Amino acid sequence: MTGVPLSAYLVLALVLFCIGLYGALTKRNAVIVLISIELMLNAANINLVAFSKLGVTPSITGQVFSLFTITIAAAEAAVGLAILMSLYRNRKTVNVDEMDIMKH
Amino acid sequence: MMENAWLIPIFPLVAFLVLLLVGGRLRERGAYIGIIFTLASFMLSLLTLMERFSAPTYKKTLEWLTLGGTQLTAGFEINQLNALMLVIVSLVSLLVQIYSLGYMKGEGRFSTFYAYLGFFTFAMLGLVMAPNLVQLYFFWELVGVGSFLLIGFYFYKQEAKAAAKKAFIMTRIGDVGLLIGIILLFWETGSFEYGEIFQAVQSGVISDGSLTLIAILIFVGAVGKSGQFPLHTWLPDAMEGPTPVSALIHAATMVAAGVYLVATMFPLFLASEAAMQAVAITGGFTAIFAASIASVQKDVKRVLAYSTISQLGFMMLALGTAGYVAGVFHLMTHAFFKALLFLAAGSVIHAIHTQDIERMGGLWARLKWTGPLFLVGTLAISGFPLLSGFFSKDEILMAAWTNGNYFLFILAVITSFLTAFYMFRLFFMIFAGESRRQAKQVKESPAIMLLPMLVLGVLAVISGYIQTPWFGTFLGEWLVEGNETVLGAAHSEGPAWVMILAVSVALAGILLAYMKYARTKLPREGLVKENSTLYRVLENKYYMDEIYYFTIVQMIKGISLFLSYMERFIIGGLISTVTGSIEGMGKIGSKLQSGQVQQYGMIAFLGLAVLLVIFALTGGYLR
Repeated sequence: MTGVPLSAYLVLALVLFCIGLYGALTKRNAVIVLISIELMLNAANINLVAFSKLGVTPSITGQVFSLFTITIAAAEAAVGLAILMSLYRNRKTVNVDEMDIMKH
Repeated sequence: MMENAWLIPIFPLVAFLVLLLVGGRLRERGAYIGIIFTLASFMLSLLTLMERFSAPTYKKTLEWLTLGGTQLTAGFEINQLNALMLVIVSLVSLLVQIYSLGYMKGEGRFSTFYAYLGFFTFAMLGLVMAPNLVQLYFFWELVGVGSFLLIGFYFYKQEAKAAAKKAFIMTRIGDVGLLIGIILLFWETGSFEYGEIFQAVQSGVISDGSLTLIAILIFVGAVGKSGQFPLHTWLPDAMEGPTPVSALIHAATMVAAGVYLVATMFPLFLASEAAMQAVAITGGFTAIFAASIASVQKDVKRVLAYSTISQLGFMMLALGTAGYVAGVFHLMTHAFFKALLFLAAGSVIHAIHTQDIERMGGLWARLKWTGPLFLVGTLAISGFPLLSGFFSKDEILMAAWTNGNYFLFILAVITSFLTAFYMFRLFFMIFAGESRRQAKQVKESPAIMLLPMLVLGVLAVISGYIQTPWFGTFLGEWLVEGNETVLGAAHSEGPAWVMILAVSVALAGILLAYMKYARTKLPREGLVKENSTLYRVLENKYYMDEIYYFTIVQMIKGISLFLSYMERFIIGGLISTVTGSIEGMGKIGSKLQSGQVQQYGMIAFLGLAVLLVIFALTGGYLR
């Protein structure tokens, strides 16, 4: 536990965030996009927890904050999935690039 | 009465408005409205003239506009010339309107015709009453509009349409000269009022050069309106209008407006020797030029049109040789006998439905009233002794002689000969010889048409006696009263042989026409063969229309073609560049909005990345 430096956590978070960003921007399936967004959120959570333990002024606040973030992410995922379901019922598709009706 | 003279032009205006509003319902009864109002106008004019014999000039102006330090006024003035013109215009208008009752019978747009006549009469009466140049210019243009409407009355005829446009545009060319002249005059004197202008002219405020320029520019306006060379070509074409219109506008009133203008501005012209020369030479040349064309034309109205141009040239010649009285006197007598001739010609046309004199002949026995009346008009215009034209033409010749303008005097004498010749050629070809039509078809015109002709016939005989070398020069004395120094003598004294010469050339002209066309003693092709070059040149009016077509019209067409290409390609190109680039930008912008959320995200991310790179490279400071 003590041997792992802060930068290792940050690099992990960065890698996770980049994978999430890549997935959110390139995948056609809306479910994968949602999962990618979760990845990006969790990358942020890792940062929060890492700083709360190994930051300049370590504090429990970071861990509490990450709990809130996880809760909100869950709620967001629920809402996102609900929208996805109703979209699928209406348009028979989960492809993101076919969802462009708000362009007009 | 004079203080109420402003009502004179108002009456025809009211008639015009009434006919415009309810004319459609009144139909032929609309004519009586026009006639009644014009009659009122004529009565008032007559009373005004009567009063003017004893009373001084009446002038009433109201302030209209104040521009800086200059006040523009509007009002009316009754001086001798104005009063005389008012009576001439309203009388001829009244007679023409009565005549039209018969002539225009069966015309569908009867009330429109009378509405236009009312409008024209209003404009012309307003023109002669104007106390300053701005007001004169307004009515001058209104007269042009009235003429345009009346010439183009048969607007469904292509020729009438073209003639109306031609008349309007040709006179506009002159009007531009007049406008520039008025502006220059204002520039020099700071006033539009006749009185102030003449005072400035006499006190020598204006330099000789600009005085000449102004006078000539104003004369250009008169040239356009009075059909003087080289702006005369619209007048013969204007004969496409109904014949009563030709009598009113193109014989007695509107074309006289140019002469009236020169007469009104006479002190200005007198101050410039060169301008007087220009007026006299233009007039003299126009007189003989038009007379020579009139000698070969075959359309009765065109002969009369060219004779009008020629007679107007006479008036200009008189004014240009300082014969103020002679010019105005001839203006008056000409108004009567030329209106008579036009109405009589209309009566002939009404009877046999053609204007080609080669298809007429032998109508003397058939048209028992029209024939003698036409003869009276013809004698009067030819300068036959004891008729009105004789006295006024004599006055003009005297003026030219006493002025020492011998060349113009000779021109005028030759023109007198030609006038007598072509008028009697016309008369004999219509009334003498054998009838070329079945005589039973020819019927004399109704009394309603003959009555105005009769009135004009009487006037054509007697109106000369108000200014004769024998019984007194009443008109001249009255006209120049109070202005003797400026307007010149009431009567030009000259050697007696001038009158004898005038009479003998007139008689010679009549005799020649008689030999050629009535007795056929001389072959008709005696002097000038029908296929000779001279004849063809004359018949084609010296090719003036063609010259204008190939020079001015083509030049303007060329310029307009160039400008239209300029407009289409250069200006249009610029505009489409601007609109095209904006449209292109919009298209690119709308392409950006694809609805693909992932693309938006990508762009936002790339933008952020670029910002971060810049931030990293510059160390946080953008310089």
